[in-house]
Amino acid sequence: MAVDVLGAVLAVAGAAFFTAGAVGVLRLPDLHSRLHALTKADNVGLGLVAAGLALTAGSASEALKLGLLWLVTVSASATATYLLAATAHERAPRSGRARAAEVDGAG
Amino acid sequence: MSAVALGLAGYLLVTLVPVALRALRGPTTADRVLAVTLAGTTGIAALALIGRATGVGALLDVALVLAVLAAVPVVVYTTRVVDRS
Repeated sequence: MAVDVLGAVLAVAGAAFFTAGAVGVLRLPDLHSRLHALTKADNVGLGLVAAGLALTAGSASEALKLGLLWLVTVSASATATYLLAATAHERAPRSGRARAAEVDGAG
Repeated sequence: MSAVALGLAGYLLVTLVPVALRALRGPTTADRVLAVTLAGTTGIAALALIGRATGVGALLDVALVLAVLAAVPVVVYTTRVVDRS
């Protein structure tokens, strides 16, 4: 029973991270900060949802599958965000806030 | 747990609305690709939750396949951009 409650709490916490990611992707000012929002939802949000589901899983294989799901997503997300950031940097090395900071003398 | 899972899955689908707005607005293609990536991850979580709520274990396998394929669009986009320049 306590495990059920803990699992539900973890899954709800994961959904909160997905909310933060979705709002961040819409509201943050440039690509690099949006990537930041994306990785939070990917890694922590899905991690918490998978952990909550794995805690209340009916079988060991289901729990292992959820762990594998998270591992695959984390590695894919790390690769994808690195590629997107590197490509954007290559095309426009000084954009958005980085350029603003440089103009201000902080960069 | 299954009622909670179903509710959360529905809620996650609602969070796709701001993500879709970003995908529509851009402004760059990279922003759109980023939004699609987040939509994919949200879909993975929603599939796992729906699988638990309905007791259809195969949906977890669907989520796994989606997770494996999620990296492909980004790789295709970045390699095409690098090739063009």
